[in-house]
Amino acid sequence: MSGLDEPLLRDLVPAVIGVLVRRGADFAAAEDAVQEALIRALQTWPEDPPRDPKAWLVTAAWHKFVDAARAETSRQRRELAVDAEPPAGEVAGADDTLRLYFLCAHPTLPAAAALALTLRAVGGLTTRQIAQACLVPEATMAQRIVRAKRRIEGLPLDQPGDLATVLHVLYLVFNEGYGGDVDLAAEAIRLTRHLVVLTDGEPEVAGLLALMLLHHARRASRTGPGGRLIPLAEQDRARWDTALIAEGVEILQIALAKDRLGEYQAQAAIAALHADAPKVAETDWVQIVEWYDELLAFTDSPVVRLNRAVAVGEADGPQAGLAALAGVDADVPRHAAVAAYLHERAGDLEAAAELYADAARAAASVPEVEHLTREAARVRQLSRS
Amino acid sequence: MKYLLLKHYRGGPAPAVDFPPMDQWTPEEVDAHVQFMRDFAARLHESGEFVDMQALSADGTFVRHAGQGRPPVTDGPFAETKDLIAGWYIIDVDSWDRAVEIAGELSAVPGPGGEPLNEWLEVRPFLGAEAPKSSE
Repeated sequence: MSGLDEPLLRDLVPAVIGVLVRRGADFAAAEDAVQEALIRALQTWPEDPPRDPKAWLVTAAWHKFVDAARAETSRQRRELAVDAEPPAGEVAGADDTLRLYFLCAHPTLPAAAALALTLRAVGGLTTRQIAQACLVPEATMAQRIVRAKRRIEGLPLDQPGDLATVLHVLYLVFNEGYGGDVDLAAEAIRLTRHLVVLTDGEPEVAGLLALMLLHHARRASRTGPGGRLIPLAEQDRARWDTALIAEGVEILQIALAKDRLGEYQAQAAIAALHADAPKVAETDWVQIVEWYDELLAFTDSPVVRLNRAVAVGEADGPQAGLAALAGVDADVPRHAAVAAYLHERAGDLEAAAELYADAARAAASVPEVEHLTREAARVRQLSRS
Repeated sequence: MKYLLLKHYRGGPAPAVDFPPMDQWTPEEVDAHVQFMRDFAARLHESGEFVDMQALSADGTFVRHAGQGRPPVTDGPFAETKDLIAGWYIIDVDSWDRAVEIAGELSAVPGPGGEPLNEWLEVRPFLGAEAPKSSE
């Protein structure tokens, strides 16, 4: 890979696939052709770098596609283009890449398939990298991608897709976790930055980017040695990435100024208020509750109501928090943990310990189980003393 | 050859010592327990004997086919008497003896007062690997 700008190559992948698809190539065939063109680029660019890498790739991939298409019908006509140095060709516009985002996040695709396809076609990651990042075997991921491609076969690329679905997929990528060589959170941020440019600063896209940056800025402080969870209130704020926070806040402010509020901007505003407090005691919980009310107007989900109950508990006291919690479905994940916390603050230690133990049994990850079990043990000890 | 070390919530022989649930220990006892598990996994990684480790939620159910066009029958959530798997390690070791030795170490994870829990673990060889045998 020496002498090659790998991030540049990855950035070019979606644009090149987009051009091929617009010219009439089937998505799967276009993607294969681009992969082959990339291999050829790896072989020849170190010796003979092209003047216009994007044009080079478009031409090379188109030749590969034409070659493959002809091979299927008439093998004699394969001579075209394979050995010739591809001349500079038409360069993809931003529009093609944007359509590729829409295609990869098509509403007919299951979330896991949309996520894989987006990382592959838009992110330019290899199947192996995606498999490692999602913690599944490479063969499984390869099959998932093949099935996803088959599912979107023949879908027209000439109509605008649903931006909300694209944003949802990017947020899924961000939340998927980290592993192997690829940090999916960083990859999601990279792709969302890209999408902000493509959509000319669409407020919700910018809102999602701000949200990711603000979460990402606090990532290092969220876990302790051995993966132990550290709750927000106990995090070492000196470890927060202030440059990322500043960038997230600035992006959010520009988005909010356009006065087209949406759920990602509202979530980013809440994250920004947390990031803004130098100490947990200085958190502006009253404003956070107001933003949760805005958020509820866009997406009235039990999870939002649950988080709002926490904020109400901080702004107006644990009894108010418990009253807000009473309206939330008890089956929502983390419901017992929130109830435990509010009961502890209200001084009902025995109920808090029981609820922490319940929460530990219902937790979805080992670090969460360990954290909540320890909380139960801590509160029981308090209630005994 | 590969072995599965199964950790059970319930089931298996009667426990050697009947400890209270973990949320009734002290926070320090919980920490010591968790730290032992982390160190244990780290040692297996270092010796090259680690393959996989997963923990399972306590929720779950039995499911069976109920005939064409009918929804499957479920039985659960688990009643007290049913066995329930908490999670597993998969290890790749040189011998059955080594697998038993590792399971023995894992069983000694500390509980209340720092005393070993001595919980039962199930050790099962994978089919397709060599048959389990004692070391020569």
